[in-house]
Order: sequence, then C-alpha cells, then structure tokens
Amino acid sequence: MSERVVDARGSFCPGPLMELISNMKMMSVGDTLELLSTDAGSAADVPEWIKKVGHEMLDTEQDGEGTWHIRVRKAK
Amino acid sequence: MSGMYIICLSGAREKLQFAAMAASVAAVSGTEVDVFVSMNAFPYFIKGHRKEAPNEGAMGKIMAERNVPPFYHIFEQAVELGDARIWACSMAMDVMGVKENGMEDIVAGPMGLTKFLSDAEGAQILTF
Repeated sequence: MSERVVDARGSFCPGPLMELISNMKMMSVGDTLELLSTDAGSAADVPEWIKKVGHEMLDTEQDGEGTWHIRVRKAK
Repeated sequence: MSGMYIICLSGAREKLQFAAMAASVAAVSGTEVDVFVSMNAFPYFIKGHRKEAPNEGAMGKIMAERNVPPFYHIFEQAVELGDARIWACSMAMDVMGVKENGMEDIVAGPMGLTKFLSDAEGAQILTF
C-alpha cells in the first residue's frame, strides 16, 4: 500500500479534481492519496466525486494557512 | 445512465471554459459525454490553431490573469480521463476547408448535426 501527496494548491476548479483523478488512475486498490488544495469549491466537490464513483473518503481538514488536506483511498 | 450532449458554438473564453468544465466533470463521474463543436468554437479544434480565446466579459479577464486551467486542457482531460467524445461539425469542416486529419487528435471525428441530434433525442442538450 502506498500513499501519495498531490499538490494542487493555487489551481481552480476543476483542476484539483482532475489532478486527483489522473493520479488515482495510476494507483492500486487500497492506496491512499492526500490532495492539497486552496480551492474551497474543490474541498466540497472532491468528496462528492469520491462518494459518487465509490472510493473511500478518509478525512478532510483545513490547516492554519487555508490549505485543504483531502485524504482518500482507492476502493476499486 | 443517460448521456450528456453539449453543443459548443461560442468562441468566447467563458463559454468554452464552462462547456469544458461540464464535459470533464460529467465524464469523470460516469456520464457518457458527447460534445459537438461548430461556429466560432470550431477553429480551436483545428490542428495548430491557437488555444487562447478572447474574453467576453470581466470574468474571462480575471480567469486569464489567475491560475484557471485553460479550457483546451480541460477538454483534453475530459477525453483522456473520462472518455468524452468531441465531434467536429461536418458543415464547419466543409466551410473552413478542413479534412479529418486537419483536426486535433482529441477530436473523435466528423459529425453531422442530424446524427448528433438523433443520438441526443430525449437526452439533455447543453448549448454554450
């Protein structure tokens, strides 16, 4: 199982989502990914996409500098 | 799940941007997406044509100054990550004198309006 970090800070919708998806395509089932994003819309949209396509949301939090850390696990 | 059919006519940044966003987000979320490009949106899909579109209003200007992903790149992602299909209007190809091999690689092929509307019958069509 591996964990990768995708830094999409500074990118606007749908940039962070697309970066997440292109990385998830290269991952194996069970691998986790942490997406860094400064786009509040993506912080809401990415969990929505994860739910819709059937992957697993681990957690979402915003740090003191305003960056969202969205952690997901590839489930299929 | 029924598909999404998008018709792109405007050559303005804002409309191309939103069409690309709708196409990519729907395509990566399991919806089959077909995009039909014609009129002023058409030339951006000709090989070698510039991919920067003029702003229609203030929002386009702001988008151009910020780190907003370029519309053409989003269309590429729609095709690569979501299997969206982009069809070149056969009328526009005739008018512009462009052959199929003169279209960018992200274009699936030429398409007549009659077939596109027939495929889209009963489904939602978004026009930009």
